[in-house]
Amino acid sequence: MNVQGQIVKVGIADMNIAKAPDKIRTSGLGSCVGVVLYDERSTTVGMVHVMLPDSSLGRAGAINIAKFADTGIPAMVEQLKLEGIQPYKLKAKIAGGAQMFQFSSVRDTLRIGPRNVEAVKEYLKKYSIPIIAEDTGGNSGRTIEFDPSTKLLNIRTVNQGVRNI
Amino acid sequence: MYDNKITSMHLDVLKEIGNIGAAHAATALSTLLNKKIDMKVPKVEMVSFDDMMDLAGGPERVVAGIYLRIEGDVTGSMFFVLPVEQANRFIRRLIQDETFDFQTGEVSEIGVSAMQELGNILSGSYLSALSDFTSLKIYPTVPALSVDMVGAIISFGLVELSHISDYVIVIDTAINEEDVPNEESVKGHFFLLPDPESFDAIFKALGVN
Repeated sequence: MNVQGQIVKVGIADMNIAKAPDKIRTSGLGSCVGVVLYDERSTTVGMVHVMLPDSSLGRAGAINIAKFADTGIPAMVEQLKLEGIQPYKLKAKIAGGAQMFQFSSVRDTLRIGPRNVEAVKEYLKKYSIPIIAEDTGGNSGRTIEFDPSTKLLNIRTVNQGVRNI
Repeated sequence: MYDNKITSMHLDVLKEIGNIGAAHAATALSTLLNKKIDMKVPKVEMVSFDDMMDLAGGPERVVAGIYLRIEGDVTGSMFFVLPVEQANRFIRRLIQDETFDFQTGEVSEIGVSAMQELGNILSGSYLSALSDFTSLKIYPTVPALSVDMVGAIISFGLVELSHISDYVIVIDTAINEEDVPNEESVKGHFFLLPDPESFDAIFKALGVN
């Protein structure tokens, strides 16, 4: 028996669910945004690694729903519902949306980090999910790990150390 | 083209591109540093985004990453990624300052500027060789530098592509210093990620259908 629990990994444009004592982690967030959805009274949590704001930007037929804010957040809300967590109880912690490179050019795709953060907030608002804590923007990559027991989101950066929110 | 019609012939053409581009860049690097640089046989692979991070040593590996966009007849993203220890060694040698370190709080401006210039020269030699070989017009944007987790750096170059695909065709050439013990993970990489619609142009220029 491993009482320590495992680490559930969430890849890029991916989502997953973890239950205590496991933790859930996504590594190397740049302009992407990590969204954790949880209920204070439950130890089952979900994480989505959002890469793009809006699936209508997608030009291909079949889409990976975890990739977009507008499809990933609803999909995770549904998955948690199947785990018995009612959407109105959900709270969120989010991190990421950095601007990894400084360009003089103003092409819109280059502002992808801030746009991802805006889109995530918009869709959380749509579901009336309050954001309890966030660490967004800046220009550092982040690795985030959420502990379903403590509801703390641990954020590691290369240049700015470690913090919990 | 992107998802189903790539044949081994196409892959060979792309490998040759990686070969020619990276050979010129490695020569430039070797001249700049006055030391021998090993180049591996290029790999061309169609990989998921997560696998792409693993090619570069895993999403959390700290690297000095140079990123630039390519415009012109071919569009795409290019990365020159060095593990931060290797970048430190290169820059120390270039600016003759043994104390230089990207991972300290205050990174000296001259070191950063040397790294940017290194990225500029190497990507320039890679792309001009590619342009000569294919007779395609290729214009690189000014390279940008970031010292951070490789996942955070490379995912940025996948944004454009991720609108239409969950996979990326990557032309990967690894380089290494000859006199440094060959740890598999400690390697520099050139990654060329042509946009999906650019493959036709590349193949056409080289007479492959």
